[in-house]
Amino acid sequence: MLDLRTCTSLSEAAGILSGDRQALLIGGGTLVMRDVNEGRLTEGTLVRVTDPAFRQMSTGGARIELGAGVTMAMVLANRELAFLHAAARAIGGPAVRTMATIGGNLFAAAPYGDFTVALLALDAQVVLQSGYGSGRAVPLEDFLSARERGGQGLVTAVQFARPQNPAEFHFRKISRVKPKGISLLSIATHLPLSGGRVAQPRVAYGAMAPTPIRARGVERALDGKPLDQSAIQAAKQAALEGCRPATDAIASEWYRREILPVHLGRLLAGEPR
Amino acid sequence: MAKLPLQFRLNGSDRATFVDPASNLLDTLRRGLGDFGPKYGCGQGTCGVCTVLVDGEPQLACLTLAVSCEGRQIETTSGMADGPNLHPLQDAFMDHFAAQCGFCTPGMLTAARALLAKNPQPSREEVVEAISGNICRCTGYEPIIAAILAAANAPGARRA
Ligand SMILES: Cc1cc2nc3c(=O)[nH]c(=O)nc-3n(C[C@H](O)[C@H](O)[C@H](O)COP(=O)(O)OP(=O)(O)OC[C@H]3O[C@@H](n4cnc5c(N)ncnc54)[C@H](O)[C@@H]3O)c2cc1C
Ligand code: FES
Ligand code: FES
Repeated sequence: MLDLRTCTSLSEAAGILSGDRQALLIGGGTLVMRDVNEGRLTEGTLVRVTDPAFRQMSTGGARIELGAGVTMAMVLANRELAFLHAAARAIGGPAVRTMATIGGNLFAAAPYGDFTVALLALDAQVVLQSGYGSGRAVPLEDFLSARERGGQGLVTAVQFARPQNPAEFHFRKISRVKPKGISLLSIATHLPLSGGRVAQPRVAYGAMAPTPIRARGVERALDGKPLDQSAIQAAKQAALEGCRPATDAIASEWYRREILPVHLGRLLAGEPR
Repeated sequence: MAKLPLQFRLNGSDRATFVDPASNLLDTLRRGLGDFGPKYGCGQGTCGVCTVLVDGEPQLACLTLAVSCEGRQIETTSGMADGPNLHPLQDAFMDHFAAQCGFCTPGMLTAARALLAKNPQPSREEVVEAISGNICRCTGYEPIIAAILAAANAPGARRA
């Protein structure tokens, strides 16, 4: 039978998670409780965190820090995070968003993980705490490539720089059912312009690989170029580099590969979906 | 495994019960406390029929860990009517034939209640967005949308 530990401090939770291989953190529970209800998760200990630091948001300055227990609804209620609202609104319906946390989204298997795609394009760092020590920040990309191996302990927060010009940050989720539907794929871009040219762009995809990934081919194609027709054409040609999409109930691998360059091109050209 | 004590306010009354550590709120309400307002549809978060308000915010009871509701205010459709007087949303659902089999209705009413509490004059798009996590197999949604828009304009619709 499943047990539950309610931890009033982050370090207590981190200690349990690193000491007990059968311990599993429960954030909003939108994925964990599905497994409980389906009988897929029947043994071990659920670890719940009530430490206020887990839900803290520091959004006023140039460097933003969001506790891993912050929910999509909390992001949507914060005006300083307006550039992230499209990504937060992409997660389920309102009742899911009251519950779903940023931390849980970092672990959600494809085609889920839409918010994480936005964080990847923001070059976010993930603060990990294993055992009773203090946390250490690792790049989100490294965290995601290590994710399948598991056992990373507790994520306490995510950190990233506020985009200097929020208009240079874009997120799009492509789904068949509107307004709520699971991702065929999602795309986030941060394309800072300097003297009319794209400088150090970051582009990320969801549902195009087992975890959200960066689109390095696209980043290379755009870096240093004005965002014109020929740069967009080059970006579309490089769009599929590194992609390993799955065939699932939502779409086939073939379909995802076909539509990604189309939607990337529209996003870069500022055209509607 | 020992059961855990749990107390919260349900539709304005203090309630206390014991739950298994990993119980969800839906089981606790239906089997533990006999509130059959919220329904069990999928247990997966996809149908929305178990939607309840926790401190005024919509949550899926089937995915909510019961013990996370300690000390909180839970509201279900069982507490919507005021004695013999239906809530304006309930009246509007009747007037607009927004319930056919009625299975989705508790979730729809609760999602609509959460919307109108925050946004008393929603646009059609905002109504569609508010019920986007709730599935209806019967009505085609249009009567439900019409009922919510009508209730928004009725006197007393903002009554929690
Ligand atoms: C109806 C429905 C629709 C959905 N739609 C979408 C969607 O459109 N897009 C999308 O991306 N997702 C979607 N989801 C999936 C899910 O709700 C989100 O991904 C959500 O962000 C997961 O967060 P959570 O807090 O609920 O995770 P939980 O269920 O609490 O946890 C998920 C996993 O992450 C681990 N975990 C959580 N937090 C931490 C932490 N801080 N440290 C270490 N481990 C942690 C848990 O141990 C568990 O393995 C949907 C879910 C439902 C039910
Ligand atoms: S029973 Fe909870 S969403 Fe279907
Ligand atoms: S009225 Fe039957 S499911 Fe909505």
